[in-house]
Amino acid sequence: MNRFFEVVRRDLRLALRQGSDSVMVVTFFVLTVVLFPFGIGPEVNVLERVSAGVLMVTALLASMLSLDRLFQADYEDGSLELLVLTPAPLGVVVAAKMLAHWLTTGLPLMIAAPVLAVLLHMHEDGFITLLAAMALGTPVLSLVGGIGAALVLGARRGGVLLSLLILPLYVPVLIFGVGAIDAAVQGMSAKPHLLILAAMLAAALVLAPWASAAALRQALE
Amino acid sequence: MVPAMTETSFSAKDLACVRGGRVVFAGLGFSLSAGGALVLLGPNGSGKSSLLRVLAGLLKPAHGALAWNGQSVGDDPEAHAERTHYLGHHDAVKPVLSVAENLRFWAHLHDPHAERAGRAVDHALERFGLSRLASIPGKMLSAGQKRRTNLARLLAAPSPLWLLDEPTTALDKASIKALEQVLAEHRATGGMVVLSTHADIVMPGATELHLDKFAVAEELP
Repeated sequence: MNRFFEVVRRDLRLALRQGSDSVMVVTFFVLTVVLFPFGIGPEVNVLERVSAGVLMVTALLASMLSLDRLFQADYEDGSLELLVLTPAPLGVVVAAKMLAHWLTTGLPLMIAAPVLAVLLHMHEDGFITLLAAMALGTPVLSLVGGIGAALVLGARRGGVLLSLLILPLYVPVLIFGVGAIDAAVQGMSAKPHLLILAAMLAAALVLAPWASAAALRQALE
Repeated sequence: MVPAMTETSFSAKDLACVRGGRVVFAGLGFSLSAGGALVLLGPNGSGKSSLLRVLAGLLKPAHGALAWNGQSVGDDPEAHAERTHYLGHHDAVKPVLSVAENLRFWAHLHDPHAERAGRAVDHALERFGLSRLASIPGKMLSAGQKRRTNLARLLAAPSPLWLLDEPTTALDKASIKALEQVLAEHRATGGMVVLSTHADIVMPGATELHLDKFAVAEELP
């Protein structure tokens, strides 16, 4: 467990010192969302109608933007070999890296989302559900995305390949995330959607670190 | 945690390694006891690095087995990671972390008893003449200084088996002397060393292993 937090602390420290990744992800999120009112016009009811979808899709793309760096930097400077040879299960080390990734990308996105929701005139009933859907959905993006990041390690143009691999897997998160917000806005219960999101998170928490660890071992062979 | 040094032994039997469909070496075997050292010699591509990666557990041998105190290494990879230090071609020094931070991370990861690791880090920095550089970020280091930072990892967390892939690369004469001294002390306390090298490195009583002897004749087209 000590080792888990050691890796989280190190990745957070690296992210804070380099700074660029988190800032880039949030900036991308904000800029892209801001583009929509320009593209589809400023009518309040149109924006309100699409707000949940726009926020979730953009968050998903923004989170993917930083994924290819998850293991790439460690792979290039040899740190990954040493992380694999750490006297702890590789799944634990990978889970720590995924947690650090979520803290530096998913969490800022979650904080930025309600502000942008105001901009898109989202109905106020949807705000709490938006936060809940982001809280459950963004960790899934980091976890599932981590598998893809490990799989494309060492490939040329890994970023493009990664999006082809991972985007289809993000669809369930999108459907139930948007579903939850729409339900809340229309005065229905968002609970079933959120529960399914929670189930996806639980499954990803257990499976993704180990799948990713297997892919990493393969990449280092 | 480290078993009684007097009875430790590390042996390989009938190892074979296949890379990219080519048999790099086959039928390779050796045995090391406490305080022993093995120097891997051979031309480029004879499989020195591959052998070290096999010994570290990064690469699965195509055939053969490794044993530590008579027990198969593959049964418990984490225990093997705990007693092994692997030093590869890359120096795994993060550009935005200081020398001390880089080293402390690897030391804590290897030996979670933080306080003990802290003292060992200071000692390791001193031995490789890095004390003055402790707070310098990794990106300011020269190739030789990076290599010394990587070598300091060996002392920052104790492990009986050291696997060093051309450790003298980029080192100046004084640093090679320091490394020889460290290797001698490590062996005097019952540690084992396997290293590959092209440069002259003085290791009294080391066994030499010529990898070209284990090469398999290429089939003629």
